[in-house]
Amino acid sequence: MSKDNQILEEFTSKEYEHGWSVNLEADEAPAGLDEGIIRWISAKKEEPEWLLEWRLKAFRNWLTMIEPEWANVRYPKINLQSLKYYSAPKQKNKPKNLDEIDPELLQIYERLGISLNEQKRLQGIAVDAVLDSVSVGTTFKATLSKLGIIFCSFSEAVKEHPELVKKYLGSVVPINDNYYAALNSAVFSDGSFCYIPSGVRCPMELSTYFRINAANTGQFERTLIIAEEGSYVSYLEGCTAPQRDENQLHAAVVEIYAAKNAEVKYSTVQNWFPGDKEGKGGIYNFVTKRGICAGDHSKISWTQVETGSAVTWKYPSCILKGDYSVGEFYSVAVTNNYQQADTGTKMIHIGKNTRSRIVSKGISAGHSQNSYRGQVQVMKRATNSRNFSQCDSLLMGSKCGAHTFPYIDIQNSSAQVEHEATTSKIGEDQLFYCNQRGISTEDAVALIVNGYAKEVLNQLPMEFAVEAQKLLALTLEGSVG
Amino acid sequence: MTTLTKNKISELILNQAPSFNSFPQLREKGRTITLGNGLPASKDEEYKFTSISKKLEQTLDNFSLSKKTVLDLNLIQSHLFEGFDGDLLVFNNGNYEKSLSSVNQTGIEVSSLNDSMPVSLGTIAKTEKDPFISLNNIYFEDGIFIKVKKNHKIDKPVFFLFFNKANQGQVISPRILIEVEENAEVSFLENTISLDESPYLCNVVTEIKVGQNAHVHYNRHQSENRNSIVVNNFETDIHRDATFTSVVISLSGDMVRNNLTLNLLDSGCEGNMYGLYLLNGKTHVDNHTNVDHTKPHSESNELYKGILADNSRGVFNGKIFVRQDAQKTNAFQQNNNILLSDDATVNTKPQLEIWADDVKCSHGCTTGQLDEEALFYLRARGLSKDQAKGMLLFAFAGEVLEHVSDESFKKYLTDIVQERLGSNF
Repeated sequence: MSKDNQILEEFTSKEYEHGWSVNLEADEAPAGLDEGIIRWISAKKEEPEWLLEWRLKAFRNWLTMIEPEWANVRYPKINLQSLKYYSAPKQKNKPKNLDEIDPELLQIYERLGISLNEQKRLQGIAVDAVLDSVSVGTTFKATLSKLGIIFCSFSEAVKEHPELVKKYLGSVVPINDNYYAALNSAVFSDGSFCYIPSGVRCPMELSTYFRINAANTGQFERTLIIAEEGSYVSYLEGCTAPQRDENQLHAAVVEIYAAKNAEVKYSTVQNWFPGDKEGKGGIYNFVTKRGICAGDHSKISWTQVETGSAVTWKYPSCILKGDYSVGEFYSVAVTNNYQQADTGTKMIHIGKNTRSRIVSKGISAGHSQNSYRGQVQVMKRATNSRNFSQCDSLLMGSKCGAHTFPYIDIQNSSAQVEHEATTSKIGEDQLFYCNQRGISTEDAVALIVNGYAKEVLNQLPMEFAVEAQKLLALTLEGSVG
Repeated sequence: MTTLTKNKISELILNQAPSFNSFPQLREKGRTITLGNGLPASKDEEYKFTSISKKLEQTLDNFSLSKKTVLDLNLIQSHLFEGFDGDLLVFNNGNYEKSLSSVNQTGIEVSSLNDSMPVSLGTIAKTEKDPFISLNNIYFEDGIFIKVKKNHKIDKPVFFLFFNKANQGQVISPRILIEVEENAEVSFLENTISLDESPYLCNVVTEIKVGQNAHVHYNRHQSENRNSIVVNNFETDIHRDATFTSVVISLSGDMVRNNLTLNLLDSGCEGNMYGLYLLNGKTHVDNHTNVDHTKPHSESNELYKGILADNSRGVFNGKIFVRQDAQKTNAFQQNNNILLSDDATVNTKPQLEIWADDVKCSHGCTTGQLDEEALFYLRARGLSKDQAKGMLLFAFAGEVLEHVSDESFKKYLTDIVQERLGSNF
């Protein structure tokens, strides 16, 4: 036991490696939330009247809602009135190319291992970098626009493609969906917009890096992905945030619309500041992500690697409306110290012959609590629908917890639904086997955990898989159950 | 009938509730909690899929306690299963009928709660745990206290036979307390007979203490009338090296809710839960099970199976808690369902909550249909479709039936299940 404690201590004493803050002059809204602030944000962003109305409607809805308490997470209440709802890095003119972008900004990305420059270009990633709330640089736009693909910041989309935004905004996550989605709808600052026209296969992985920078800024991102008939897109989202003492709130909304025969793959690596080893600080991550397979034979696949945030509350879901549509959810959630994660998915089978697959791997260490919460619902007319769910938990140390709350609701007699879950620790025999062969205990743990999470990591695009593996190895350094 | 709010229904119940002098503290607590919390609304997570308050208000109009009905020996004889040999405890609308019962085995002591006044009543099934426990605290008139003495192995089963029939009141509220002392061994059987088709609420609370190294087996058959609402709170405290096994076979009723809780309080204890629900018509059966592993080296097994036809609904919620001290725990849980109709619904939630790292826990849950190939195999050998189906369904159900501990009772239940699978499905 003493060895365990020693190793655990080593593990828990790891400082957050992306913890630093750059002083950028920010254009901020005053703290607080009322209709005035929403009008202020809308005016600041030069939004059309209908969008302001939409925001106000969401805000009025939000006022009638109460904060959800059903999740298996405990945290001090957030004073939403003390947050600032808009913060944009100050820029005199819009940059036309990378040279014009604030060198300090570029440096941040460099330190995170992301570069907007040539190097990245060679790797074939178009990065729409979001620092705090406003998109500051977009690359590969020309290549994409040749194919008719629209990939831009949300505010740009509102200005240039209002008809698309108007048609799809809120169609998957309605403004009154839940407390945080309503809040996001009212105050969202910016985000990404992606439109893939009919029959187009997006030639590169689209990627956005989110960063939270200015202190006390709630980040309310809004992402909207529309895949028209027969199109394909793979979208990456990655997150790192500098160290903060106060808790920060992040309530994003992601909406995906997949038409007939379309396929959308959405991958996330999330590594926000999880709080220090006493559980102080860290990001509150309350995210609503949902996709709709509206057309027949469409497919939406969510892959997530969650290693950061103090509190995570996130359920990327699929509504399988079209016949023969497919939903997938692959997740690795790692919690350490006092982190709490309540994450999972919802698969709503509406169409006939719909299929879904859920693979969730939870790893808890330190004093953390890791919950899987998922729902598989088969509606009456969803004949021959099929679901397979697997949620495994790995416990390291005796002070953490692993919980599973799967809801399975079946209303069709031809549906086949399977769910299985296991909870275990790393076997002493496995460690012994590795030790015998000259592999140190630390390396063995990393090896075993990577093997355990392989099924999910394999789903990530190449560029991300490397980052994810590095993250896992880092988070799990020196931890033996 | 007008729609009553949650508060109104508890008000209605409390206005018509009886008032007894025995166990004043328990009753007072029940009254306070019921007045404060009312009965569960559909928003209540524990009763999410079982809107029992709504059902009560739609079905019942008199929330007074039901009076005793007329029972005689012939009637009782006609409801004993073939081959029955053991002690018989007869209940008349929840009240123990001493004159009609027979307890002959040594090592067993049976008394009424009002006579023996056991202090442990209400300490296992705590009032605040479930709204229907607090309701039972208010309503039960008298109950039964059974003591199985130290080192006694009771060879023959003890049979609880409940007769229910609404009589000037539609609430029946039986209360049972069982204490099985060290090294004792006993097996219980339970059957409930509805004497007519009229609706009632049968709200049972059973508390069992399983002493050190004691072994207890409890087999229940639930087949009350099609208009009955049944709530069963069954809670056990299991002590060191003891084992407890529960088998519940649910076949009919309007709405049935079973809360089964196993508290594994010490090392070396073992809890087993088996359940079968065979539902048709509009029957709604909700099984909530709860296993709490608190100390190292304990084990639990759970298997619940359901076959659902017509408009029936099966709800399963299995919770496994493994506390921080409970290292080396083994906990297994399985729930399998077969849906035979598109109007039937299954809501299942196998839930694990684990705070210890050196444990082996797993749960599995499936919903599906009969294997087409197995059906084809049987049909190729000349069996009709119905025969083949019945045979496969029976095999599916058999896995639970085989855990019934008394051979005659097992045969009795097997015959009922077989007949059901041959005809109604």
